[in-house]
Amino acid sequence: MQDLSLHILDIVENSIDAGAKKIEIIIKENIKQNMLVLKIKDNGKGMDKNTVAKVLDPFYTTKKTRRVGLGLSMLAQAAKEAEGDFNIKSKKGKGTTVTAKFVYDHIDRKPIGNMAETIIVLIASKGMNVDFIYKHHKNSKSFVLDTKILKKELNGVPINNAEVLNILRENIIKELKRIEVLT
Amino acid sequence: MKKLKIGDLEKIREKVRRTANLRQGKARAKITVHMGTCGIAAGAREILSALLKEIEKKKLNDVIVTTSGCAGLCSREPMATVEITGRPPVKYVDLTTEKIKKVLNVHIIKGNIINDYALAIGSERTH
Ligand SMILES: Nc1ncnc2c1ncn2[C@@H]1O[C@H](COP(=O)(O)OP(=O)(O)OP(=O)(O)O)[C@@H](O)[C@H]1O
Ligand code: FES
Ligand SMILES: [Mg+2]
Repeated sequence: MQDLSLHILDIVENSIDAGAKKIEIIIKENIKQNMLVLKIKDNGKGMDKNTVAKVLDPFYTTKKTRRVGLGLSMLAQAAKEAEGDFNIKSKKGKGTTVTAKFVYDHIDRKPIGNMAETIIVLIASKGMNVDFIYKHHKNSKSFVLDTKILKKELNGVPINNAEVLNILRENIIKELKRIEVLT
Repeated sequence: MKKLKIGDLEKIREKVRRTANLRQGKARAKITVHMGTCGIAAGAREILSALLKEIEKKKLNDVIVTTSGCAGLCSREPMATVEITGRPPVKYVDLTTEKIKKVLNVHIIKGNIINDYALAIGSERTH
């Protein structure tokens, strides 16, 4: 994966596969602490302890289409390369939280990439059935997008409507500029 | 924390109401982009973004874009499956943003399958 926004898309696809109806994506950039934290939290079907212990094994997958599962191992690897940390917490029947930490200015820390596109692609493809909450903090600034609130505001107009998506994309970019993620 | 609140949504809401017959069960075509790990690594997100932009540009209100997981064919990613109501699905492989735009314009709008990009025509299913 080229950047973290693609890893995030991939980890969120796991949550969608696990039947999650609410998925939270949290990014915290803290330059003072020299740390970047990603968190993806879902209310999908979760995993028992045995399964959680196995998921970082690339040869573990519950997929029927092929025999290796790479998504989580790849993100764990990316965190390790940037002297960070990786953690999965899961409860069967409740949900799963994946956390990856990175040393912010580490030379091998992947760039964040295009979060606006990751969020738009998720809303376009699954926004009608799944609620997404995207929180992005940078130092003391932050913003949050919550599709549940947006759907209410839209009052019946589908959130995956092409024009709606365009406005959302523009607004995410504007907000990421305001909090100085994008310049 | 500042919540994303979008004033323009108001305008859009009215506009969409007036102009479109929306997607309320009237979808004529569905495009499924495969978003497994290798699909994403091979550029599936950009394929979907390009599709969205082209759909917006062409003002197509009856085309649904969705995603599915791994399709079990890593080496041919990015892939997308096109389903037009009443016809068998067609799987397109080794996509680029240019190819998917062509698929939209030639297959979805005009109804002609692009055999050069297609994997197999028949009974495939998207899960
Ligand atoms: N959010 C989640 N909820 C429940 N189970 C999960 C979740 N994320 C991962 N899993 C389980 O862990 C396995 C491994 O996940 P991983 O993303 O590493 O590979 P994969 O999804 O199987 O394949 P790939 O990501 O390579 O397409 C999955 O097959 C699934 O059983
Ligand atoms: S994502 Fe490539 S084969 Fe599944
Ligand atoms: Mg996965």
